[in-house]
Amino acid sequence: MDLRYSESDEAFRAELRAWLAATLPQLPAEPAREDWPARVVYDTDWQKRLFEAGYAGMSWPKEYGGRDAPPSEQLIFLEECSIAKAPYVGVNFVGTLHAGPTLIAEGTHEQKERHLPKILRGEEVWCQCFSEPDAGSDLAGLQTRAIRDGDDYVVNGRKIWCSFGHVGEYGELIARTDPDAAKHRGISWFILPMDLPGIEIRPITTVLGSSEFCEVFFDDVRVPAEQIVGAENDGWRVTNVTFSFERGTAFVGEMVDAMRLAEELSPYVQDPAERRELGHVIAEFDALWALTKRNVSRAATSGDTGLGGLIMKLAYSEARDRLCELSMRVLGRGAFDVHNFYVEERLRTLSLTIAAGTSQIQRNIIGERVLGLPRERQWEPA
Amino acid sequence: MNFDLTDDQEALRDGIRAVCEGRFTIERVRGGFDRSMWDELAETGVFSLLADGFGWADAAIAFEELGRAVVPGPLVWGVLTHGVVDGVVGGLERPADGLALVEHPDAIDVLVVIDDGGAARVDPSSFADAERLDWPLDFLTPVARVAALPAGEPVADAATVAEWRRQGAVLTAAFQAGIAARSVEMATEYSLARKQFDRPIGSFQAVKHMLADAVVRAEVARTAVHAAAVTLDDPDVGDVDRAIAGAKLLAGEAALKNAKTSLQVHGGMGFTWEVDVHLYLKRAWALDTVFGSAAAHADDIAAGLPVA
Repeated sequence: MDLRYSESDEAFRAELRAWLAATLPQLPAEPAREDWPARVVYDTDWQKRLFEAGYAGMSWPKEYGGRDAPPSEQLIFLEECSIAKAPYVGVNFVGTLHAGPTLIAEGTHEQKERHLPKILRGEEVWCQCFSEPDAGSDLAGLQTRAIRDGDDYVVNGRKIWCSFGHVGEYGELIARTDPDAAKHRGISWFILPMDLPGIEIRPITTVLGSSEFCEVFFDDVRVPAEQIVGAENDGWRVTNVTFSFERGTAFVGEMVDAMRLAEELSPYVQDPAERRELGHVIAEFDALWALTKRNVSRAATSGDTGLGGLIMKLAYSEARDRLCELSMRVLGRGAFDVHNFYVEERLRTLSLTIAAGTSQIQRNIIGERVLGLPRERQWEPA
Repeated sequence: MNFDLTDDQEALRDGIRAVCEGRFTIERVRGGFDRSMWDELAETGVFSLLADGFGWADAAIAFEELGRAVVPGPLVWGVLTHGVVDGVVGGLERPADGLALVEHPDAIDVLVVIDDGGAARVDPSSFADAERLDWPLDFLTPVARVAALPAGEPVADAATVAEWRRQGAVLTAAFQAGIAARSVEMATEYSLARKQFDRPIGSFQAVKHMLADAVVRAEVARTAVHAAAVTLDDPDVGDVDRAIAGAKLLAGEAALKNAKTSLQVHGGMGFTWEVDVHLYLKRAWALDTVFGSAAAHADDIAAGLPVA
């Protein structure tokens, strides 16, 4: 067990720090949170700068324009960007971290050529069309249909929680192509041009008053058959190929932010019982930072983060929740003003224990995959 | 950076586990600590790991295994005082109020008493007549109530004691992490074997989620312990005191909560003397009181943060 970074890791860190120090002061002012056209410009400008400096697609293979960096450099990249308060990945999230890796793993040569360079250069914004009103935790129970008709698939249905739905040029769509197959087997994955006729997009206002998520309605939308990724009815597997791309780094930026927030909250925490809670949550974040290093180390040697990867999301989101609850108690009536950053953070992070697998679903996964416990019995109507 | 166990560390872990499974079975453990256990552990090299060129990370791995087997005895002191004091060594912080609860009073050759000024050796004959608790919380940790410990003979200076406190916290935390991990395993095994309503109770989400939280606590605590031990070996990689405080806090809490979870999952059987769960829970309670409680370490971490 060794926590010392190698000389080449430290050289990478120094070079990146110098680049961030030179580049960040040149950035335009950050746009207002809800000014989406301006946010697209700002976020894609940042992506373009990353690309030109060689920092785009840290985990992507070189043949697709990525850096193919070792996991330790991916960790350092995310850590340093967060420490320097570099822009968040923002509207590039789905393209660079989910759709792009999916295309790398499963796309055709043409699909890769068409999309990957543009995603990396910040010239193409993607959104995600996965969840449905009746398919949340049970995502494979989705009902949106894509029925083959000549050279097209005809899509009808409704998606919800589409991240960046109103600014995405392309969507990752999963839809049911075989309504008669078992639920995991009849799904296909599509590259969805968001400007096709029959698509209606309605922003959702969250508890924060933010609108980064949308509902998307499909009314006889004709998607050309060549937009399918992977084989027809193999979409559930395609949906799950991206996780190995994280290489154990999924929560690095969030973790660095959380540790900074905890330290910055400290001067306001005066009550001894609350200071003890603060000490506790700091210990948790320190441990999760160590766990991140363990996961990254395992990803580098075996490609699989194992147990550590499975528990990270649950442990991180629950620890972050405790920090946010503490911050609200410390603020007292100061929390009436959402302009207070800690209040905004509390509201934003309410999604962490829900999105991408609720904490309850994570506990099922850990119980079943790690501990080998049986699934709970199927519900039978009375 | 490679924060995973090396092949040698995996071999060490497997070796100590094999020793525990072979020699420190639960039947023997239930018989309590004695000199033969100390001698066998010494022969295995557990106490001399540092002198033999291993690091604190390796020692932590060994103590995780001892914790999994809930081996009794003043084992941490065997490592701390190796080469300084001979024989079966117990130890404790000199209590502020005078009354000392001395563990294993009749099994030790020497008691090492530490305070901020240094360490002193005290002859157990000095408390030969002190009251023995006839009903100690952890029956594998017998205790004497000693009204006034003598000053004893100095054996180590203040700087050494400061190191012992760090090292002792790491090894105790490692033992606690072992208790936490083994408690989840025992509870999981029981939840698969025990059937109610015609199915294993581990299939019920109410039980499954308790076990999932427990395995998360165990793994996070274990990682914190490894990070603290590595930082003790190589202080350039982090804040050693904060790392150790976090490890002792999280491992202590994981041991307690997981042993308690295990008792709950075992249901009525968990409430019996016969089932081993209570050995883990009682040791977890006992160990939270040494080398800094979870609460004290949380306070220390907070004290190191910015104030208004």
